[in-house]
Amino acid sequence: MTMTKNSLLAELIEGAPPSDGRFGPYGGRFVPETLMAVLQRLERKSIELLADSGFKAELKAEQRDFIGRPTALSPAPGLGERWGAEVYLKREDLCHTGAHKINNALGQALIAKRLGVSRIVAETGAGQHGVATAAAAARVGLPCTVYMGVIDARRQKPNLERMKLLGAKVILVETGDQTLRSAIDEAMRDWVSDPDGTYYLLGSVVGPHPYPWMVREFQSVIGHEARNQMIARGGGLPDVAVACVGGGSNAIGLFRGFVGDPEVELLGIEAGGRGGDGDPHSATLGKGSPGVLHGAMTPLLQDAHGQIEDTHSIAPGLDYPGVGPEHALLRDLGRARYESVTDDDALDALHECSSAEGILPALESSHALAGAKRWAASHPGARIVVGLSGRGDKDIQLLTGEVPHD
Amino acid sequence: MTESFGSAAIGEAIDAASGTALCAYITAGYPSLDGFADILTAVAGTADVVEIGVPFTDPMADGLTIQRASRVALENGVTLEWIFEVLGDMAPSLKAPHLLMGYYNPFLAFGLDRLGVAMTETTTSGLIIPDLPIDESGPLLETLQPRGLALVQLVTPTTPEDRLIRLTSAGGGFVYAVTTTGVTGGDAALPTQTLAYLDRVGSAASLPVLAGFGVRSRDQVETLSGHVDGVVVGSALIEAIDRGEDPGVFLEELRPAAVSA
Ligand SMILES: Cc1ncc(COP(=O)(O)O)c(C=O)c1O
Repeated sequence: MTMTKNSLLAELIEGAPPSDGRFGPYGGRFVPETLMAVLQRLERKSIELLADSGFKAELKAEQRDFIGRPTALSPAPGLGERWGAEVYLKREDLCHTGAHKINNALGQALIAKRLGVSRIVAETGAGQHGVATAAAAARVGLPCTVYMGVIDARRQKPNLERMKLLGAKVILVETGDQTLRSAIDEAMRDWVSDPDGTYYLLGSVVGPHPYPWMVREFQSVIGHEARNQMIARGGGLPDVAVACVGGGSNAIGLFRGFVGDPEVELLGIEAGGRGGDGDPHSATLGKGSPGVLHGAMTPLLQDAHGQIEDTHSIAPGLDYPGVGPEHALLRDLGRARYESVTDDDALDALHECSSAEGILPALESSHALAGAKRWAASHPGARIVVGLSGRGDKDIQLLTGEVPHD
Repeated sequence: MTESFGSAAIGEAIDAASGTALCAYITAGYPSLDGFADILTAVAGTADVVEIGVPFTDPMADGLTIQRASRVALENGVTLEWIFEVLGDMAPSLKAPHLLMGYYNPFLAFGLDRLGVAMTETTTSGLIIPDLPIDESGPLLETLQPRGLALVQLVTPTTPEDRLIRLTSAGGGFVYAVTTTGVTGGDAALPTQTLAYLDRVGSAASLPVLAGFGVRSRDQVETLSGHVDGVVVGSALIEAIDRGEDPGVFLEELRPAAVSA
């Protein structure tokens, strides 16, 4: 058993595309037959391109010229003093369009272009992936349609307007739970209607194979940069890397930089919602059980009958009942740990970071800050890298009370 | 009385149909728990095979009609346990064999072994699971095949030739040929390339072939009848129920004239 565990971890660290589409027992490809051929083609194409020097050079140039990479690793002395730790922020909020989502959106848009599709569809929760996809689609010259739940559209109005300005057609989803999960349902229905002509640009490390692997590859630039930047500053590797987990793309991106360094603890922070007993939340890795949703076998928030439960988080980007399969395996192997923080903890962290550092973080990223602060309390003097996945401008209306939290 | 059930019984029921076989889909517990028994009886009295929909919160291959029916059924409290309870009472008197159709997660949560037992006890002949491709169906086949139960395979216009050959001989019962790319509930146009695709499915398949998705009129059934062994009617039947029509009469009117006369 330990043998299998060790070899699974070794395989995970090596990071080759899983030939069976699985991360241990998780992952796979649970989709309608209509999508099987197109997923097989995408698997072949993405593996080929991600190993192709011409594609890699184009991606790197676009990361520099369009996204603005590398992003800074900012020492955060104000937070460090308050937390009794040495704190560094990996500044994905400085990416073009304001969050890590563009790393993936741009990468996939370049693949879509090479596949010769005629349009791109995407889902969005916080609107960050929608904005990133709209921007990337414009960059490669493809029309783009974004599905967004009506509740999220209300909560993240600035992003709704930005998508439209960037030329995307936004379709508001009124079915289901009217948040990220229903937006994915609708985007998949659109894709199934024209699988050959449409490219589905999925926004996190979820969904059927090859998405969890491919999206991770595009996001791992976060962790690789952060590791190099930590070493370049002197003082060596951090003691812990902390990131928020919705679907898990910014977290896996940060973790990839350190997964092969056993001395670096990996800590993912999920959304605990209001935090009361029986209140809805989005802490899938903490409280979910394995099941199949949106094309993958993975921990889900579901009832005893296999029906998907309604979730809640003040952070729309974390408000999702599933999670990336690779996180589930990292958890099972004991390589990463996952905790949750409440809406209120995240709000406090947002205000603390804003005033102590002059950086307004997204509500999603604020979960990582709150989790890091709690970790610091039991590890005085430790060196901490926090994934600051995005900026908080999109949340202003939520913060001022202009729109309700859900 | 249904004497036998399972993969073979489904095939026999389709073969025994007068002309084009009619397979009817209804969502379990829709529009109400109490009204479901009458609808099931009426549908099984006319259709050659009945598909009972197991509702799911995220029906990603379904259009608005079945999405709505699923939501109502869930609000009514429908679970697989409830469905098997109803079938335990009703199955002996149903005039057509029945299958369950639904997304994988509720079946997984029920437990695959327990599922095989409950299906046998309620003479449920098989399953249709739109989000479970053959590649992921090993564990479920392990519980269904020894019991002679079907896992009906769907093929679509995007299924490559080699896969088509694999799928049309797998799973048992019949081959579910999806008429178009897309979700349920549309209105299938059936251009000649669709009919050619259905002919291809037919020549590859040793099992009977039923065409479904977007079948809603007798004209379509007539067009399809030379190319497939039967049709599946779902959203159109639910819409007829919504209009207060008798589901048995609605189905009867879909049969090509020469046969229903
Ligand atoms: C700023 C930000 N951080 C985090 C997330 C959560 O996604 P993931 O867990 O895939 O990084 C989102 C999603 O919208 C986001 O906008």
